[in-house]
Amino acid sequence: MKWGSIRAHPSPSRWSSTSERMLMELLKKSDFIWEIPKQGDMRVPATLYASARLLESVRKDKTLEQARNVACLPGIQRMSYVMPDGHQGYGFPIGGVAAFDMEEGIISPGGVGYDINCGVRLLRSDFTEQDIDRKRKELLTEIFKEVPAGVGKGGITKLSKSVLKDILTRGAEWAVDNGYGTPDDLLMTEENGRMKNAAAGHISDRALERGIPQLGTLGAGNHFLEIQKVAEIYDPELARAFGIAARGQVMVMIHCGSRGLGHQVASDYIELMENTFGTKGLPDRELINAPVRSPLGRQYYESMCAAVNYAFANRQMIAHWVRDVFAKVMGSARGMRQVYDVCHNVAKIEKHVIDGKARDLCVHRKGATRSFGPGRGEIPEAYRSKGQPVIIPGSMGTASYVLAGTAAAEELSFGSTAHGAGRLMSRHEALRRFRGEQIRDELRKKGIELQSTSWKGVAEEASAAYKDVDEVVRVSHEIGIGRLVARVVPVAVMKG
Amino acid sequence: MEKTTDGFRFLEHTADAKFQAYGRTLEEAFANAALAVASLMWDPAEIERNLDHPVDIRGRDLEQLLVRFLGEIIYVFETRRFLAAGVDDLTIDREDGGFRLRAVFRGDDKPEKYVVFGEVKAVTYNEMGIDTGPPVTIQVVVDI
Repeated sequence: MKWGSIRAHPSPSRWSSTSERMLMELLKKSDFIWEIPKQGDMRVPATLYASARLLESVRKDKTLEQARNVACLPGIQRMSYVMPDGHQGYGFPIGGVAAFDMEEGIISPGGVGYDINCGVRLLRSDFTEQDIDRKRKELLTEIFKEVPAGVGKGGITKLSKSVLKDILTRGAEWAVDNGYGTPDDLLMTEENGRMKNAAAGHISDRALERGIPQLGTLGAGNHFLEIQKVAEIYDPELARAFGIAARGQVMVMIHCGSRGLGHQVASDYIELMENTFGTKGLPDRELINAPVRSPLGRQYYESMCAAVNYAFANRQMIAHWVRDVFAKVMGSARGMRQVYDVCHNVAKIEKHVIDGKARDLCVHRKGATRSFGPGRGEIPEAYRSKGQPVIIPGSMGTASYVLAGTAAAEELSFGSTAHGAGRLMSRHEALRRFRGEQIRDELRKKGIELQSTSWKGVAEEASAAYKDVDEVVRVSHEIGIGRLVARVVPVAVMKG
Repeated sequence: MEKTTDGFRFLEHTADAKFQAYGRTLEEAFANAALAVASLMWDPAEIERNLDHPVDIRGRDLEQLLVRFLGEIIYVFETRRFLAAGVDDLTIDREDGGFRLRAVFRGDDKPEKYVVFGEVKAVTYNEMGIDTGPPVTIQVVVDI
């Protein structure tokens, strides 16, 4: 046999993901808090935030096993956390939050995810649903023309590599300097739209090549752009602080990331770390990591920052085009200020209190949103006495939520909360059950316009394929890792 | 278990796409895995085979070779607008420090002529398996 002697590959019967799942001890700490006690190689316990209903689906996949694997990584502090929308990912679970010591700890591309700085931007407006009622379709059609979406749809500009490197270095600042939006947008963006440690020089040619045609594009999959209206306000004071005044107010939500450039950065560093450190002893190859202080660890962090900046520039450009469309169709982009822009796939160096001492930690949020409470210096001055806005997008055609960060979250989850609904059903299953056109018709009956480049994509993203986002935010609110502020519902949906 | 075609089969996976590809040889299974990835984005049977794209890839082990090879389909699509419809002349050789794969993608670089219905973000090591058989079975999860 030509290959048989090379490696002892396990036989396919051992790859099965369900039959051999180990029974994991799970302690109920309260109605919404579950703990995997420290055992075996775990350096810290793992904590899962979920209601009984959310826990049911979590137990069906590898979420718990992955949370436990993360708890075994060097330098992990306090806990390996899973947010209420958690589900199985690669290496780290989606909804996973883990913080590592800056000396002993690690940084892992798998703890950030392939779509670096996948995130959400929310714009408010002075329009009411009545104002746009008859223009909804036109707004959507025009947005569709302005914002490139879908698979393989190129961006607007043919960029040179040197301009792209400038974008990677300066993020949304570059976009604003080039006429996309205003400096106020930067104030209302996590990191002011630019991670300062970005080093564009580390980015591979392959990643640059993938980034050039895709700048300013929405992409496909679960990414979307919605015109929404405020459906409910839970906390009028916080809502007012965030620019949310009344029911029926029109908002715009943009959900997308760093496109092929970010995916390539993740793949590149997984490979570089494998080649440098080998894969021996890893329970899952996607857990590959580097000491955060090592040259390669730093290099990944600086490259990740560059991909983060690409995504900030991307959302900045898309938001600008949306305002252009409103100006054209409605006669003005009245009051279309940015509420906030959050990252939900990222690693950051942040100060957190461990054993009574404030220390710098490398916090990984993979499918988790930062949820800093009042007083944190990282959040915009306008919100500093309130807590940051947390934007949690629902699945296509369902509600999304605005929460406020809390001080309690710092102790409960290193200042993090959920990031969305979390998938429940495979795309194949969704395709078998739903048809895109049928979903469009059903949404239309509910008064929601939908346009997409792919009906197949629409079927895959059917809301029934997702967990109940209402339940996810309710659990976040009950535990105190995010405070409910407002619920928004779509009136027009653009899906890539 | 569903969507069976001759050389590959998709399995249930909550968030992403998981498949097994088969072959009498490792080369055949790798080629079928490439078709599985392409079939998540377009229908390979619909794409005209009027252009070649040569592939020459190294990997420190078979898994890395597979990840890099399948990643090439995404890369040539995003950067050259090349839709792979098939793989010819695929060879895998052992060499110092790992493996080398050479092949030719056949396809077209006019995506506007076809329906491109899906996006594959990345090829992962998650739940990856390579049973060198024979027959050969490969399992891959891709991020979509």
